[in-house]
Amino acid sequence: MPLFWLFASVLAIAVVGFVFGRQRALSSAGGDVRSLHSLPNYYGWNVFMKATVPAFGLIAVWLIAQPLVFQNSIAGMIPASEIKEGSNIGLVMAEVRRTATGIENAVAAGVISPALATDVSADSVAVTALLKDAGQVVTSEISQSLLNAAQAFRSMNATGNLFMTALALVVSLAAGGFAAMQCTKDYKARNAVERGILMLLIAAASVAILTTIGIVLSLVFNTIEFFRLYPALDFFFSPEWAPSFSGRGGSSKLGILPLLWGTLYISIIALIVAVPIGLFAAVYLSEYATPRIRSIAKPMLEILAGIPTIVYGLFALLTIGPMLVSVFGQDGLGWMGGGRAVMTAGIAMGIMLIPFVSSLSDDIINAVPQAMRDGSYGLGATQSETIKQVVIPAALPGIVGAVLLAASRAIGETMIVVMGAGAAARLSLNPFEAMTTVTAKIVSQLTGDSDFASPEALVAFALGITLFVLTLALNVLALFIVRKYREQYE
Amino acid sequence: MTDASLPNTAGAPKSGSLHEVDARTKKRNAAEKRFRMYGVAAIATGIIFLLVLLFAILSNGLGAFQQTFISVPVYLDEAKLDKKGNRNIDDIKKVSTFGYNPLIQKAVLKAVEDAGIETPLKKSKNMKALISASAAAQVRQAVIDNPALIGQTVEFRFLASSRVDGYLKGRVHRELLARDKNIDAEHLDIVDGLKEVGVVKKSFNPAFIFGADASESRAEQAGIGVSMIGSLFMMLVVLFLALPIGVAASIYLEEFAPKNRWTDLIEVNISNLAAVPSIVFGILGLAVFIQFMHLPQSAPLVGGLVLTLMTLPTIIISTRASLKAVPPSIRDAALGVGASKMQSVFHHVLPLAAPGILTGTIIGLAQALGETAPLLLIGMVGYIASNPPGGVVEGLMSPNSAMPAQIYEWAKRADPAYYERAWGGIIILLIFLVSMNTLAVLLRRRFERRW
Repeated sequence: MPLFWLFASVLAIAVVGFVFGRQRALSSAGGDVRSLHSLPNYYGWNVFMKATVPAFGLIAVWLIAQPLVFQNSIAGMIPASEIKEGSNIGLVMAEVRRTATGIENAVAAGVISPALATDVSADSVAVTALLKDAGQVVTSEISQSLLNAAQAFRSMNATGNLFMTALALVVSLAAGGFAAMQCTKDYKARNAVERGILMLLIAAASVAILTTIGIVLSLVFNTIEFFRLYPALDFFFSPEWAPSFSGRGGSSKLGILPLLWGTLYISIIALIVAVPIGLFAAVYLSEYATPRIRSIAKPMLEILAGIPTIVYGLFALLTIGPMLVSVFGQDGLGWMGGGRAVMTAGIAMGIMLIPFVSSLSDDIINAVPQAMRDGSYGLGATQSETIKQVVIPAALPGIVGAVLLAASRAIGETMIVVMGAGAAARLSLNPFEAMTTVTAKIVSQLTGDSDFASPEALVAFALGITLFVLTLALNVLALFIVRKYREQYE
Repeated sequence: MTDASLPNTAGAPKSGSLHEVDARTKKRNAAEKRFRMYGVAAIATGIIFLLVLLFAILSNGLGAFQQTFISVPVYLDEAKLDKKGNRNIDDIKKVSTFGYNPLIQKAVLKAVEDAGIETPLKKSKNMKALISASAAAQVRQAVIDNPALIGQTVEFRFLASSRVDGYLKGRVHRELLARDKNIDAEHLDIVDGLKEVGVVKKSFNPAFIFGADASESRAEQAGIGVSMIGSLFMMLVVLFLALPIGVAASIYLEEFAPKNRWTDLIEVNISNLAAVPSIVFGILGLAVFIQFMHLPQSAPLVGGLVLTLMTLPTIIISTRASLKAVPPSIRDAALGVGASKMQSVFHHVLPLAAPGILTGTIIGLAQALGETAPLLLIGMVGYIASNPPGGVVEGLMSPNSAMPAQIYEWAKRADPAYYERAWGGIIILLIFLVSMNTLAVLLRRRFERRW
């Protein structure tokens, strides 16, 4: 039974249960609503909830677990000789899955008879030809053992699905029936329903934790896999990044240092652009500007924050790059080879960060108590002296926190560097040279590649975990500083 | 006791007049003015950056909405298109686009001769550089739709090739033609002549907004429509997942959560997730949804799931703020007349917080709409999104692109004609973002309540 109908029938059971449970509760009270413990609908919802939630939970768990369990038993069916040079079990399993779906679709289209689809002695060449007739994507030749594995996989899936359907319906009926039996006039239906809703709320709140766990696990497992293929020491301390895609492993040099340097260099230039402009803008907006100017200038600056990064990327690639080349390039000072450079990406990123720095600092400067300013004015200081010697020092921890947050943004930024910074990994001091960053390399190592077995692809996960740890550390540090500062004045 | 009664030992003050400002005060006042100027300069710089950015987008991108068309009457030769003359649709379908090209080129050459343009390009083959490669398919489709057209002369409006289009828009210059294999100066002379007689014309091109992407060599044909549908499906996934989960999580954290370790852990997680770089969510999507759960690559469903996880913190933070803004007296009143805690929240607090939640959700959606980096990792780039999906299931599961991913794809292509389309795509993307944000602001203004 397709999944959709399974869901529909569980829902149908639940709706019937709703009506029945409500009716049963009412009749147990002799039709007098006043003698029920809860409102009648709560009895209905109680049945509805118990008929759906366990069944849906079961389906979800089954759908995730089934392929994992079957995969292991199928993987045992494939002889070691089947795994070709340079291939691995994962690729062969992908092939098996593809063939199994191919057979499934071909049977649905009527090209392959159900008998042939399950026939273990079916000729693999003939089946391949039939599959191609049915317009299914298969590799040129399916070997006999692969075909058998696919057939086994398909039949296991079919039985698995049958079991899941049966079990889900049974669970739904049993739990719903049990709940319906509970529906008497003294049953505390509202409390039961509210407990259930609370559970759902807790589950929703836990999605955040699940996401973090998902991120950490997917990064850690693939990184461990990477370090099995490539020495960790070389990754962290080798000053050379030269992945090779021709040979399989061994010849690639995957040192993170040039990437980290590129990331750092671009971020520093971005901060050099963003911090002074953002900070002075914040000071002016919070200390000098009339409400009218503030109400115009602040939203205008914040538009910069709402513009998607792809726009800044294109701006860097097609506007800033050519502009810089016309000044520093071959026709000008001769420092710059091409439009893509550290400077190009850094300036674009700096523009992006201006509103980030300015609105955070603005909040922090506004939080400095007015009494401190009044005290300073009372001693005869001018406004700028007050700002420089009283307000800024008081707000300094918060401003440092804001700058750190901006730095973490800059390090994690992807589109601007992918489009503006170039692809060459090098350790150089010249800001007009093309360099590359951690994020840009994650993109280039993982796009268009569905094979996650080579160190060249897996290195992206090691880069990802480095990035994750780096930004997380900066954020935690920034939040710590900001929070500590807040406590002083509140 | 003060010092005032002591004899003045320090001597008289150096400057006696209140009307004259002394040097030190002058210096301090100048410093004050300077400092103020720095602030003005900073804001001005920021606003100038914004204006330059908007100017770059508009000046480069508006051209994409216009396209050069060549309108010529084409004689649909029966001898070429339907040799047997029986108008059998299957026979007509056998003639591929290659069979149509000579007819179109002849028609263009005739238009050139009619316009009386002197040119060394006398052969109809030479006209190939003027028209888009899509023209043949356009005529073929028209003939297949209506075989009765064969033997007649029909007026067609073809896309001009991207070089001709670039020439009219000032992107292709005569000086740079020496290195260009696709078009010569003679072609441009023809274009100038045809433009005078009105055969070549620039006009609004709806295909850019509603059409599909095209192959690398046919920049003139590419449109953003199909990837817009991809974005739409992703936003639907985000809306249907992020809004309920986000609201439920916020209600729990704001109204029910006891102060314990678990709650603290959730709060720390949410604030950290809000700061995780978006590319990391892409890695998560790749590893969990594609590598582990074997969902199809490049599918809007996967993109939507990744963007859901990414926008969830934004929605949770804004929802909690609007729940917090509902005064406790509302809750107390509900509890006072016998509602349960759950009833007070769902019947009273949530409806009052709804406008704020909606505003936060729209802003979160706008953020998700512009996000590109995670989409690169789950494979929503690198191929041509050519067909609009047939239904909801296909729309969610079959490979598609998304607006920002399509823009990135265009920016990567070698032909500069695609740059214009990338800028044009950005205009469309920004129109969406601006209208979403305006809607959010309007909602806030309309429903904002001060307690």
